[in-house]
Amino acid sequence: MKTGTLKQVLLITDGCSNQGEDPIAMAALAKEQGVTVNVIGVMEQDVIDDQGLKEIESIAMAGGGVSQVVYTQQLSQTVQMVTRKAMTQTLQGVVNKELQQILGRAKTVEDLPPEQRGEIMEVVDELGETVELEVLILVDTSASMKHKLPTVKEALLDLSLSLNARSGENSFSVLVFPGKRGEADKLLDWTPKLESLTSVFPKLTTGGITPTGPALREAAASFRQKRSLRSLLSSDDEQSFEESV
Amino acid sequence: MMMNNPSKNQCNVKPGTVIHGKWHRNSYAVIKELGFGANGTVYLARATDGQVALKMSENPMSITSEVNVLKSFAKVQGSALGPSLLDVDDWEYPDGKISFYVMEFIKGPDLLSFLQKKGSDWLGVLMLQLLKDLQVLHSNGWVFGDLKPENLIVTGPPARIRCIDTGGTTVSGRAIKEFTEFFDRGYWGMGSRKADEQYDLFAVAMIIINAAYLKRFNRAEGGRAQLIKAVQASPLLKKYEKVIDRALTGRYISASDMRADLLAVLQPSKLAAPAPKKTVQQAPPPTRTSRSRQASVQKKKKGGMAETAVILAVISLIYFFYLYSQLV
Repeated sequence: MKTGTLKQVLLITDGCSNQGEDPIAMAALAKEQGVTVNVIGVMEQDVIDDQGLKEIESIAMAGGGVSQVVYTQQLSQTVQMVTRKAMTQTLQGVVNKELQQILGRAKTVEDLPPEQRGEIMEVVDELGETVELEVLILVDTSASMKHKLPTVKEALLDLSLSLNARSGENSFSVLVFPGKRGEADKLLDWTPKLESLTSVFPKLTTGGITPTGPALREAAASFRQKRSLRSLLSSDDEQSFEESV
Repeated sequence: MMMNNPSKNQCNVKPGTVIHGKWHRNSYAVIKELGFGANGTVYLARATDGQVALKMSENPMSITSEVNVLKSFAKVQGSALGPSLLDVDDWEYPDGKISFYVMEFIKGPDLLSFLQKKGSDWLGVLMLQLLKDLQVLHSNGWVFGDLKPENLIVTGPPARIRCIDTGGTTVSGRAIKEFTEFFDRGYWGMGSRKADEQYDLFAVAMIIINAAYLKRFNRAEGGRAQLIKAVQASPLLKKYEKVIDRALTGRYISASDMRADLLAVLQPSKLAAPAPKKTVQQAPPPTRTSRSRQASVQKKKKGGMAETAVILAVISLIYFFYLYSQLV
């Protein structure tokens, strides 16, 4: 099986969107373009409100990804775990699709006896180790997130440590919202080194509004831009998971 | 879709429930819950031939992944580290289907409770056992990954360290699948998260530190400086300082390398020093046949000397007569 590129958005937020398009619809739009949307809700000691929680779960569900609500202190471990889980989930989806073609319509991995599942899981593991991964990190920098940002930075450095231990290639990009001018600002353009984030992160200013929907739309578009740029550079057309998911 | 909230316990099976396997047709009666984590819930259950541990998860692939590891553990000869795998199956209940596997029930207190009850003298001994098991695992191309006291159970008597959660076990050279920050080399900024022997040995050193600092501390300045400071401040850890330092900085090439060093620390030098000498002297244990052969060799040597003396005497006698005849 040819390994394509896994595209993931990792949204880090602490509550409800209050401006622009419906974030759930935007997550669904991203999914249609082969981009998985994962959401991490960051809580302080206080509990996140029901509405916020519901939005977090719905965005991830519409975006085909994973969601998790955590206290700020647990952020590092969660960010890498959610990314990893989402990768496995997407890869399982791809493998399932392939299996359906081989075995017939209604068959999925779960319909096989446990003995055969093991071999398939080895394939998924192998893919998870070697697949090319693009992660766009979308950070909510509305006022309430301000004192959580140092922890977010730590968590992202930790994420790069985890992902760079894989043998597959990684590229990262960081968008923050609300942006100074538009809905979201690009803090870090596609790079294999997330560590370069350290220099730009402290300069962040926080804004008042939370335009999660528009930011998600920007995020999905950011993958497309990258692809078109790349197709200009190299003529071989890159097969992505977009078609099969 | 996976939705994980800190408060939500994924599957909840009440004691007394009987679980029927769809494929292998075995039945298990749930006795009680033993614990739950990110990847599912573990129950104590009764099978036809005694008590077993049964793990179920709503994500069938995470079950499959763990089963794969347990199966490869079974292939590793002489490793008692993980539990043995007994069965893998699906349970179809009225509202749905859930995957589970059944393993040997490892009974006993976890490492830290055991040490608190029995005293810290046991720490070194149990770490020696752990390192021996790790050596076997490593030489078969695996790295344990998520080593921590909660995953280590002391069975017995005789006391024997075992590991109950093998979910983090990773093929050597790949990215570590699962880890816990305090025991993670990456968290302390002292190396990558690529699975190698040194990753596990780092965790062993942190387990020793955890035994002295029951309340795990967070990273402050991080790195070697902070950890070594903590080691030096603890009377329990002082004697292990050299071993811990070498393990933290990845200077042991293998688990048995670290084991040898740890053993040297645990054996007080007065007793330890003459011991190896003795073994060297006795190295080829002298058997009866070799002793008699040695004796005969010596005899032969003696005989040779006498022979030489006689020959020399005869020659000098002849020479003497020759000189005498020349004089006359």
